[in-house]
Amino acid sequence: MSTTFRLLVEGLDAERGGRRVLAGIGFRLEPGEGLLLTGPNGAGKTTLLRTLAGLIRPASGRILLQPVSSPGGAPTDDDAPVATLTHFIGHLNGLKASFTVRENLAFFAGYLAPAGDGDRARRAARIDAALERLNLSSLAEIPAGYLSAGQKRRLAIARLAAAARPLWLLDEPSVSLDEASRNILAGLVDQHLADGGIAIAATHLPLGMAITRELRLARPGQAVVGAARDASGDAPGGAS
Amino acid sequence: MSSFLSLVARDLKLALREGGAIGTALGFYLVVVAMLPLGLGPDLNLLSRIAPGVLWVAMLLSALLSVDRIFHNDHEDGTLEQLALGEMPLELVAAAKSLAHWITTGIPLALVAPLLGLMLNMEASAYLPLVLTMLIGTPAVSFVGAIGAALTLGLRRGGLLVSLLVLPLYVPALIFGISAVSAATVAGPMSFRTPLLILAAISIVSVVLAPLAAAAALRNQLE
Repeated sequence: MSTTFRLLVEGLDAERGGRRVLAGIGFRLEPGEGLLLTGPNGAGKTTLLRTLAGLIRPASGRILLQPVSSPGGAPTDDDAPVATLTHFIGHLNGLKASFTVRENLAFFAGYLAPAGDGDRARRAARIDAALERLNLSSLAEIPAGYLSAGQKRRLAIARLAAAARPLWLLDEPSVSLDEASRNILAGLVDQHLADGGIAIAATHLPLGMAITRELRLARPGQAVVGAARDASGDAPGGAS
Repeated sequence: MSSFLSLVARDLKLALREGGAIGTALGFYLVVVAMLPLGLGPDLNLLSRIAPGVLWVAMLLSALLSVDRIFHNDHEDGTLEQLALGEMPLELVAAAKSLAHWITTGIPLALVAPLLGLMLNMEASAYLPLVLTMLIGTPAVSFVGAIGAALTLGLRRGGLLVSLLVLPLYVPALIFGISAVSAATVAGPMSFRTPLLILAAISIVSVVLAPLAAAAALRNQLE
């Protein structure tokens, strides 16, 4: 990855259906840092990830991705640019049943690839590598509708490897994955972090990733319990 | 630009693979037009007089059948979230999907209209103007329809609501489409050119402005 980014989240509030779900969320992730989102159901993990991805407009607060290689450079705007640097793996896999595994992946590898990454041969190589990485090579020409739930999830995760984007937002990424696939996912995330990327994962299952920091979200209305697991990171604000 | 084209190509490929939408629209068109003479009786003069209007109205209704599907499947399977994360703004996503709908629905319906005109004893001089007005008018149908489709995403019986929302917006295209056809067939004070140009203007304005409205609706739906 050529440019690395720092993620800055300040005073983030978000509402769902008129109810405040997130209040005063703030944290900062340096290149290569991962954040684990934990908390009970309804604490706002998905809301936070969707807000970071730009799918939900925050009620207030700022989300910035700052290029680190040029610290004095102008920070990006808070809206579109963050979304275009983000991979979001949500509850839905975003697959077309009538497209083959390769066609599904190839479309998004092209669509989500950074501008200027237009080299056809290199993109095809990335797609092959991503399929190989997630053990989908033998299924490449099968329509995605015939895949099992775990295979579909792996195909969704293959997007992470097929298009280079610095910020990964993973919402329960390991749902319906077996242990071997969970290890593959953890390996992907570890490599992404080692390359200077940022990853935020919400999960109930231990993933064994090289994610060192944790943000605990409480149910709205409860006291602040958010705290960084390691003392060196800045204290992230919890939900209040 | 390449994202735009790849999205259009993807939608065309999906429409071909899944097939249902085009077939349903054409079949519906055929059935509606075939039933009309049965209801009106075999008065050939009457049929040929009302043929262009019948074909236009039936074309609008047939196109509406698939309009609510423009975003539906992508919303349901999570593709829309991924499309929103592309470098292309949602306005262009909406435009690409409306364009694909026009290619897979508007053009086939316009091209099959002359065949159905035979069943209504349509005047020979009306065939070319009819196809021309439909080809020029159907972009408005797809692009304006996309607004309704985006607004009703996630509703259980969205298709019915789309019709209510969108059909009134088709009235200008219908009026100028029909007046162009009748100007071409009936000698009168109005030239064929004038309503045709107004129809083209309606389509162009729809193509430019409707994706803005559709994208605003999509942003709300994604929240």
